[in-house]
Amino acid sequence: MIDNIVDITLLSLLAIQAIAIIRMRSLFAVIMLFSGFSLLSAGLFVVMDAADVAFTEAAVGAGISTVLMLATLALTYAPTEIDKKEKRSTHKPWLPLAVVVITGALLIYGTWDIPAFGNPDAPAQQHVTSYYLEKSLPETGVPNVVTAVLASYRGFDTLGEVAVIFTAGIAVLLLIGGRRREKPRLEKNGDKREA
Amino acid sequence: MVTSVKHNLILRVVSKFLIPLIFLFALYVQFHGDFGPGGGFQAGVIFSAAIILYALVFGIDSAKQVIPPYVLRLLASLGVLIYASTGVATLLLGGNYLEYGVLASSQVAGQHLGILLIELGVGITVMSVMLIMFFAFAERGRPEMDS
Repeated sequence: MIDNIVDITLLSLLAIQAIAIIRMRSLFAVIMLFSGFSLLSAGLFVVMDAADVAFTEAAVGAGISTVLMLATLALTYAPTEIDKKEKRSTHKPWLPLAVVVITGALLIYGTWDIPAFGNPDAPAQQHVTSYYLEKSLPETGVPNVVTAVLASYRGFDTLGEVAVIFTAGIAVLLLIGGRRREKPRLEKNGDKREA
Repeated sequence: MVTSVKHNLILRVVSKFLIPLIFLFALYVQFHGDFGPGGGFQAGVIFSAAIILYALVFGIDSAKQVIPPYVLRLLASLGVLIYASTGVATLLLGGNYLEYGVLASSQVAGQHLGILLIELGVGITVMSVMLIMFFAFAERGRPEMDS
């Protein structure tokens, strides 16, 4: 009962926020709303008992990516225009609207075949999940199954993920992080506008 | 964009109060990840969020004095190194790659040690990469390049 009320509240707030994001023209406000959207999603993940995902969503989605988007906003405009407005589109929205409506309808049609949330007979719960749930504590001594799977059973995957994060850091450094000891040249300004 | 908030007393006081708590929480998530929700990734992100908050309120330069960029680059690679060399250690001890059971006398103790080590590696790498990205973006926006 209470779960239902929380679910409905969170989901309708998400929908309201999504509509507000679409309607809003000020990019700064949109970024702030994105942050709130992530925080609400984190709340939803908590309701669905996925606390690990909620942690990540709250810290990365609501926190760090908001800061990075604000930094990008500050990079792409001259500092004088504080309140950046999104440009109005010049063409009619009918074709994109049709694409979105059709895709959305297909997705909703697809959800009819998805087993109910938490259904133990769902294919996703059948494969190795029951093995992990039964054996992870005696085999690894780690009560948190998520950690046991991520760090122990799927250690290779996680190593790959860490390598991906490391690579992303190197890529950012290569693209925009270079040492800027020398005086900025004139072409730098042109670069900035395009970026 | 990310210049220090010079005159905002409330922000400064509140963040001075909050930052140690965020650090503490990050450490808790890091080392308690076996038992509760969390783990290296979440801890790294929370840890970097605390430093980003510091940088937003007190300025990029003070944040760079706390943790200089070259240290971050070293740490980012150190994390991956810790993770990968845990695997190499299990190889040398006669197990498969990343088979933590051989690290200690019993299977469960070995798993514990191995998971602790690789989560540490994950946390260090995630923390430093997030900060590298943040510094890269924030540096880019500053009009003056010196210092």
